[in-house]
Amino acid sequence: MSIVTDTSILAGRTGPSGRLSDFFWRNPRILLLLMLTPPLLWLGVIYLGSLFALLLQSFFSIDDFSGLINYEFTLATYKQLLIPSNFDIILRTVLMAALVTLASAVIAFPIAYYAARYAKGKWKVIFYLGVMLPLWSSYLVKIYAWKLILAKEGILTWFLAKLNLLWLLEAWLSLPVVGGSSLSISYTGTFIVFIYVWMPFMILPIQASLERVPGNLIEASADLGGNPAQTFRFVLFPLALPGIIAGSIFTFSLTLGDYIIPQIIGSSRLFIGQAVYAQQGTAGNIPLAAAFTVVPIVIMGLYLWMAKRQGAFDAL
Amino acid sequence: MKRLLHSCTALTLSLAFTTAAIAQEPLKELGAGEGEVSIVAWAGYIERGETDKNYDWVTEFEKKTSCKVTVKTAATSDEMVALMNEGGFDLVTASGDASLRLVAGKRVQPINTDLIPSWKTVDERLQSAPWHTVNGVHYGTPYLWGPNVLMYNTEAFKGEAPKSWKVVFEEMTLPDGKSNKGRVQAYDGPIHIADAAQYLMAHKPELGIKSPYELNEDQYKAALDLLRVQRTLVGRYWHDAMIQIDDFKNEGVVASGSWPFQVNLMQAEKQPIASTFPEEGVTGWSDTTMLHAESQHPNCAYMWMEHSLSAKVQGDAAAWFGAVPSVPAACKGNALLTDEGCKANGFDNFDKIAFWRTPVSKCESQGECVPYHRWVSDYIGVIGGR
Repeated sequence: MSIVTDTSILAGRTGPSGRLSDFFWRNPRILLLLMLTPPLLWLGVIYLGSLFALLLQSFFSIDDFSGLINYEFTLATYKQLLIPSNFDIILRTVLMAALVTLASAVIAFPIAYYAARYAKGKWKVIFYLGVMLPLWSSYLVKIYAWKLILAKEGILTWFLAKLNLLWLLEAWLSLPVVGGSSLSISYTGTFIVFIYVWMPFMILPIQASLERVPGNLIEASADLGGNPAQTFRFVLFPLALPGIIAGSIFTFSLTLGDYIIPQIIGSSRLFIGQAVYAQQGTAGNIPLAAAFTVVPIVIMGLYLWMAKRQGAFDAL
Repeated sequence: MKRLLHSCTALTLSLAFTTAAIAQEPLKELGAGEGEVSIVAWAGYIERGETDKNYDWVTEFEKKTSCKVTVKTAATSDEMVALMNEGGFDLVTASGDASLRLVAGKRVQPINTDLIPSWKTVDERLQSAPWHTVNGVHYGTPYLWGPNVLMYNTEAFKGEAPKSWKVVFEEMTLPDGKSNKGRVQAYDGPIHIADAAQYLMAHKPELGIKSPYELNEDQYKAALDLLRVQRTLVGRYWHDAMIQIDDFKNEGVVASGSWPFQVNLMQAEKQPIASTFPEEGVTGWSDTTMLHAESQHPNCAYMWMEHSLSAKVQGDAAAWFGAVPSVPAACKGNALLTDEGCKANGFDNFDKIAFWRTPVSKCESQGECVPYHRWVSDYIGVIGGR
């Protein structure tokens, strides 16, 4: 009897560390609190805090006369976003992001499909390397390289001249919006470079989602008389959609925020990121810069909300 | 909310600056060097022989003073202001459109010219220049100055220098028989509005523009209209000197406002490039080495300012950047600049240059002018095609 009491109720451990360990064992919530406080503080103060400070700035305005910031709540700065030259910037950026996303999805899908279904063993490794390799080299080097490729006296022009296809390039460049005096000074150039730079972010999620599509579903579709187009339309595409949406979140948000590519390649017309940089760094107009920053946040919020409804996050 | 923001700012500032003395009085005497000095500078301003071993004015300074020099290059005046606001640097080579902003923002401190023996060798035209002297107090030592020249391709212009800035502002047929559309460039900084205003000063005297940096609403509107015409001619605006060089070489650009730096680099590569001072005059920059208000290494910084005014450094740096030295003695007997260098880069044209200033709303010539932040947003609109 005495032996049982001895072993079932252990005496408290002695020493500070032993007592501390007992304390945490009895009060697991305190331990959890202690563990979570530093990261939550980081997230709350550094991340959300700075975001909040930024949002707050956008409700102030700049005094037109002195150029000083007027610390009174106003929506005047947001109204400025709607004046034509600023609204153009927003429209231009969103349109570019949407087109880049769409085109990336169309190009990435067959590549991802091949990688998920047909590439085996060594080829799969080579494929992964091929997709990831561009991400290893500097972003700036790639953009400058593209500037040389797309320049008026660049590689692409030379290549097209050899093929006697210069008329095609010239016809394209004479089009009103997408054209310009050369590919590297046109929206077409900006578009091409955006697609190149963000492509891996589209391929990898699509590939991941395609790998989860069971092969027998596709066989079943064929057995039931579905032709390849129907199989794609009713089986493969809906099942891969979450991956496409996940990839599109990357390409869309990265294009929305980028300010380096449109500065080096393109016609000098500003994108949102450049406008933020110019208003904040050059003009000292922090309220307007902050209001510009809110635009992609709102757009991405809506986008993520729609993506969630489509089940893009189910596989996370 | 304003109060909250203010107290947060005050708290951050007091935390950050408790160690730094409030240094609004200039230094009284020089002590020993602190072992290092950090400088925010334009690309090509502080060379240690890494690009070309003949152009090195850092190594000797480091040997002499044992102050290790670190350089942070900036591409625009606005970047310089941003970097100085961030802090952590000792010196900055600020242009006139940044220097007064730095003084007004109390980011730089007055300097004691008695501690800089070479001060008296500085060009008299620059000693009390309004872009670094406020109420008789000097906020730095002049470093280099130069014009924004019209750079052109000699093949497209058949060897004849364009006489007017018209080639970059209005559509016309160039001597090679083709239109200038898509073959000219302009600077993508809002300060370029001043170039348009200067062009209008000569061609539309009825507007009554006295200074290209002081524009009332009507004059400003006329300048923007001119720039809208320019937008139809310009494929891409230039921002980075190296990208402009690339555009002249690979994109078929034949004329643009530019710096002697690009001209000299391309001429060194035997490209068919030359530059000229058009009849309307030019805008220009004049840079000042300024000392940060919370500099951690003021002694080394003063030593650098003294070093930067020596005739040898001035001549070498001017030769490298295609600028004009602030010390006239540098114009003679410098092997790199040569005796013709000063004249070629614009030494005698000082009076024809409208030096960069920050446009402010309270201006001298007409009471009320369009301030700089509107230049910024409107220039964005012009580039965007509005």
